[in-house]
Amino acid sequence: MNQSDAVAVVLFFGVTAYALFGGADFGAGFWDLIAGGAERGERPRAMVDHSIGPVWEANHVWLIFCLVVLWTAFAEAFASITLTLFVPLTLAALGIVARGSSFAFRKAVFRTRDRRNFGAAFAFSSVLVPYCMGAVAGAIASGRVPAGGKAGDPWESWINPTSILGGVLAVTVCAYLSAVYLVWDSRRLDDAEMAEYFRRRAVVAGAVAGIVAFVGIFVLRSDARYIFDGLTSRALPLVIVSALCGMGSLFLLVRGASRGARLLSIGAVATVVIGWGVAQWPYVLPESLKVSQAAAPSGTLTAVLVVFVLAAVIILPSLGLLYVLDQKSLLPGEGVESTSTGN
Amino acid sequence: MMSVLAIDPVPWARSQMAFTLGFHIILVPLGVSWAAMVLIANYRAIKKDDNDALVLAQRWSKFMAVTFAVGAVTGTVLTFEFGLLWPRFMGKWGEAFGVPFAVEGLFFFTEAIFVAIYIYGWKRLKPWPHFWTGVPIVIAGIGGSISVVAANAWMNEPSGFTLNSAGKVVEVNALDVIFNKAMPYEAAHMVVAAYLVGGFLIASVYAMGMLRGRNDRYHRLGFIIPFTVAALATPVQMAVGDTLARWVYQNEPIKFAAIEMVPKTKSDVPETLLGHLNSDGTVSGGIPIPGMASILSDPKTGTSTVVEGRNAFPTSDQPTIAQVNTVHLAWDVMIGLGTLLFLLSVWFGLSWLFRRDLPKTRWFLRIAAAAGILSVVTMEAGWVVTEVGRQPWIVFEQMRVEDGATTNTGVWITFLVIVAVYVVVGVTTILVLRGMGRRWREAGELDETEVPYGPRGSVERPGAPDEVPVG
Ligand code: HDD
Ligand code: HEM
Ligand code: HEM
Repeated sequence: MNQSDAVAVVLFFGVTAYALFGGADFGAGFWDLIAGGAERGERPRAMVDHSIGPVWEANHVWLIFCLVVLWTAFAEAFASITLTLFVPLTLAALGIVARGSSFAFRKAVFRTRDRRNFGAAFAFSSVLVPYCMGAVAGAIASGRVPAGGKAGDPWESWINPTSILGGVLAVTVCAYLSAVYLVWDSRRLDDAEMAEYFRRRAVVAGAVAGIVAFVGIFVLRSDARYIFDGLTSRALPLVIVSALCGMGSLFLLVRGASRGARLLSIGAVATVVIGWGVAQWPYVLPESLKVSQAAAPSGTLTAVLVVFVLAAVIILPSLGLLYVLDQKSLLPGEGVESTSTGN
Repeated sequence: MMSVLAIDPVPWARSQMAFTLGFHIILVPLGVSWAAMVLIANYRAIKKDDNDALVLAQRWSKFMAVTFAVGAVTGTVLTFEFGLLWPRFMGKWGEAFGVPFAVEGLFFFTEAIFVAIYIYGWKRLKPWPHFWTGVPIVIAGIGGSISVVAANAWMNEPSGFTLNSAGKVVEVNALDVIFNKAMPYEAAHMVVAAYLVGGFLIASVYAMGMLRGRNDRYHRLGFIIPFTVAALATPVQMAVGDTLARWVYQNEPIKFAAIEMVPKTKSDVPETLLGHLNSDGTVSGGIPIPGMASILSDPKTGTSTVVEGRNAFPTSDQPTIAQVNTVHLAWDVMIGLGTLLFLLSVWFGLSWLFRRDLPKTRWFLRIAAAAGILSVVTMEAGWVVTEVGRQPWIVFEQMRVEDGATTNTGVWITFLVIVAVYVVVGVTTILVLRGMGRRWREAGELDETEVPYGPRGSVERPGAPDEVPVG
């Protein structure tokens, strides 16, 4: 593997991590959105708060990581993408502001009205952002972003069958992942009722995501031929693994087992994302810009790889520490007066 | 975008960049230096069993959770904006300019992870391990700002790359990009600024509380810890700034000519306070201090030091007259307010040295209460000097701003939307922080079951009613 391939792998590692961790945080916002009125939705919302509170900012950094690696290592592709997809990327950025700040605000206020307003902003943007990201992925995958730091069509590039597929798939997959994680968190906190609540939703979301993915195959066949061919050849093993993991996790969820379901759902999503990367190989922008053509000079690539090794040595153990402490319930709340004092 | 709305994106992109950066940079000092002050309080709490310090540390860390989140999302917007507003700049230079940001990613991760562990760990972690989980935040804050500022310094002093005949970057030396000539000076100046601004900002809140009669030990401690940090940073910042200014004189003479408003190359240049440059090259208004700019530029040669004027450079490569006036005004503001903050710190220092107490007069508290906002203004002014002083270049002598900008004509819309969203976010942040303070004040004592550091907690629950006035 040469340097540019290695950096492309690093980039996709980041994309996958963002999908698995950041994605689940977005999905939690989706469940927050449809949890119902202030009273009925109180317990699921509390569970969402509790579950993503300590980790969402760290998970969010994967997005920064992806953007930085993209613009440093594949600057030309970054310029093309941001020129073409100005609208969905702007919406995503605004959504990120609304989501992050309102989530932090909601925890810090106590009046029901305030909480409801911030909660609504948090929840809506939690659906908007993954939709936009999925649409951007669809635009890239279907070859609608031209090479050469040029702008493609400002609207059609992200309002098209593949982008819509990408957006809807992103929202449903996030919802599915997060419901599965929330089942686990509820059990950890001995809240059987919430575990059951999210289990049922995980089953529905998983089934919907599966259906969307299945329909997606036909969309890709007519709209994104290069990716379709890749998915049905090179990336086929990954597609199969993904389908098996997805079905396995559904099966376990229906039967009420949770530990295995969590692992399998991660497997199902990770293989889809990696499958996209493999299917798109060797292009950053399918059929117009190859990874090797877009890659930065070797001094830059070396720097990115060195940073990645440092990240593996420093960041991954720290992330591990965060997750372990969180899972052992050692990070229960901010300060000593917890938000449990009610509304 | 639609052609009906086709409006030149360049001025809008500039405004949007300046506005969002100007907003983000207010949160940065808090992200960088607040953790250090929390740890000072936390250390005191554990070492001396000081309950007031403990309550301070906890409450500060809760406030920090809010400001950190807002800092993180506004920073993310900046990351998007490099592409959304400056795609052609990034397309050409991302391979070099991006390197310091890759390094910064490491620090962001570290910071986000340990902020979470520290803030959420009060209840269940043991005191010392909990304290130590705060230390990486401090290191990451400093490292993070050094990396971003390295990128900014590179825009002023681009180095570490080779261009081919077509003007494409073909070779990059990552270390030369990061350690460009301007980086050590700018980075030091910014890190000290972060401690200075963060300290004055937090202290100003408690100064306000004391002015309203909340004169208990808790408030005094809440004032003294951050104010001492800021007061120590102030003289250091004057020295670093002075070095930086001399460095700019030697290496970026065009910027220096704008800073000192020097139309023609000459010696014995006065330091003009305020005033403005006219289009015919004359300076009107203001108070000139004869020879001072020459003396400060090189004290060894004194008034005979020659300062290059604007006429030494082609007009198309200079900041416009309006930009010169902006730079000069911003410069005066930075120096003026910086000096004021320095004098305030000296006042505090002398009083402490001789009386072990704050200055008695209410005027001290009044000025200290204003110092928070004034220090933010000082820092913003410094950035205006740097950024506007570089015009018309986005990468000094390599790329002009309009050649780096997006071609999307809808930027004026995103600018308006962003301003609206940020105004709401900014106002809400302040209201939420004030609300938290008020709630704690009303609640008075902590709930008895909520003892920090679990059931074994060595520290007693607070005896006196404690209040946090915010705003
Ligand atoms: C609160 C903070 C603060 C204070 C008290 C000062 N500065 Fe400053 N200054 C900054 C905060 C700042 C800054 C915002 O942090 C800047 C912007 C970019 C940078 O590196 O630092 C800056 C930039 C900046 C520049 C432009 C550098 C460039 O474009 O490369 C110069 C020449 C100085 N400063 C000089 C001074 C001097 C001589 C000061 C003292 C009397 C001073 N500053 C006080
Ligand atoms: C164009 C420039 C900038 C970009 C692209 C940028 C980007 C970012 C991003 C993405 C974050 C969020 C990190 C997270 O998720 O935790 C952030 C936060 C932060 N930024 Fe910036 N930033 C810029 C300017 C600056 C400057 C000038 C400084 C300081 C000198 C700075 C210092 C920080 C610090 C210390 C944080 C973490 C603390 C906080 O969130 O308040 N940034 N920035
Ligand atoms: C690491 C830090 C920073 C980076 C990398 C950075 C980068 C940029 C870029 C790419 C532009 C657009 C091109 C240009 O006009 O030159 C810009 C413009 C600008 N930035 Fe910065 N910036 C940084 C920090 C700041 C901060 C903290 C402020 C705060 C006030 C600021 C104020 C401005 C202003 C006023 C402009 C517009 C200048 C003009 O067009 O006249 N910058 N910056």
